[in-house]
Amino acid sequence: MSGQSPQDAWPLWEVFVRGRRGLSHTHAGSLHAPDAQMALRNARDLYTRRAEGVSIWVVPSTAITASSPDEKDPFFEPAADKPYRHPTFYEIPEGVKHL
Amino acid sequence: MTTTAEHTAPGRAASAPPPDQGELQAAFDDAVAADTRIEPRDWMPDAYRATLVRQMAQHAHSEIIGMQPEANWITRAPSLRRKAILMAKVQDEAGHGLYLYSATETLGVSRDDLLDKLHAGRQRYSSIFNYPTLTWADVGAIGWLVDGAAITNQVPLCRCSYGPYARAMVRICKEESFHQRQGYELLLALSRGTPEQHAMAQDAVNRWWWPSLMMFGPADGESAHSAQSMAWKIKRHSNDELRQRFVDICVPQAEVLGLTLPDPDLRWNESRGSYDHGAIDWSEFQEVLRGNGPCNEQRLDRRRTAHENGTWVREAAAAYAAKHAADQDNAHEEARA
Ligand SMILES: [Fe+2]
Ligand SMILES: [Fe+2]
Repeated sequence: MSGQSPQDAWPLWEVFVRGRRGLSHTHAGSLHAPDAQMALRNARDLYTRRAEGVSIWVVPSTAITASSPDEKDPFFEPAADKPYRHPTFYEIPEGVKHL
Repeated sequence: MTTTAEHTAPGRAASAPPPDQGELQAAFDDAVAADTRIEPRDWMPDAYRATLVRQMAQHAHSEIIGMQPEANWITRAPSLRRKAILMAKVQDEAGHGLYLYSATETLGVSRDDLLDKLHAGRQRYSSIFNYPTLTWADVGAIGWLVDGAAITNQVPLCRCSYGPYARAMVRICKEESFHQRQGYELLLALSRGTPEQHAMAQDAVNRWWWPSLMMFGPADGESAHSAQSMAWKIKRHSNDELRQRFVDICVPQAEVLGLTLPDPDLRWNESRGSYDHGAIDWSEFQEVLRGNGPCNEQRLDRRRTAHENGTWVREAAAAYAAKHAADQDNAHEEARA
């Protein structure tokens, strides 16, 4: 039974669910399925049994490109030293309204 | 920088020089100490990974083996309402298994491999599912006590140091509370029913109470993995602590049910602010663990048979997907020609 069950060929899919209209799709989890249609049906049964979604995306896990955890610091460094991108950086006299 | 999502093999970009082991360990220790989560592609000690695989696989196996004792009563549920509820609950348990298998796969193992190990008896599932469901009242006792004990164990796991496990537990815990409540309601209906129904409910509680207490695992002094798991923040509370929490919750719930718990030594301890309970028969626990429980063989046989019977479905789905992919390739070729 070990090794070559046909399920070995079933790729992994990442599942994204839109909770309700007006929200974006967010990652819900992953599952194995032989093709995109089956992945959608399985995702419905697995991640929306309690009406948690109005729309589902499935994406082959291998299609996702991710930043490397090892490069965490250098990769995100450009944003680290720019506090002036945040509104709290600026000092405004007390009493000034609507700003 | 072109590695893919969570489920890829752990590790570094090929070009990066291998960081020093001490630094990696220090970064891991800092993350655990700071209560940030460890994520799949982070470096982690081999023993941490192995512990998680063992625990999460056992947890996943328990969810799917746990479908059997309750599914035993689906066709004989006393009303359509009860049947629909029970089917929804058993389906949830299948879902819990799948959440946990995919969370375990982020550690670099495959679900097929985990299932093979379950079928070969090389990985465990919770001993509680080796007890039989003799009457309809057992469905209620399982929901109230077994799911109740599971919830007590699982709520702290929502803060487990390993991100994918913690996230799976958040989903699971949200779904579990219906399991416990339907069981309690079922027992209440029986307890307030005819004398025969009341006796049936009491008998089920008598049989499930002690095995439920054993679900928390050996006493703190005897527990092989506890200390290290606590240090890694996989586990947040000791076995005895969680067991006590469960007992304290159950005693007043049993009173409302109008049922008793089968322990003559159960009494309120004013100084501890908790209930004392009688000694647990650990020899029974060890026997069931060794494979000598009432249903060990039946559960595994059933699981293996179900898996084998599903082979043609998996093969057909794979064949359909392959054919469809080939058809699409041909269509693309023709369009280009
Ligand atoms: Fe469950
Ligand atoms: Fe449950």
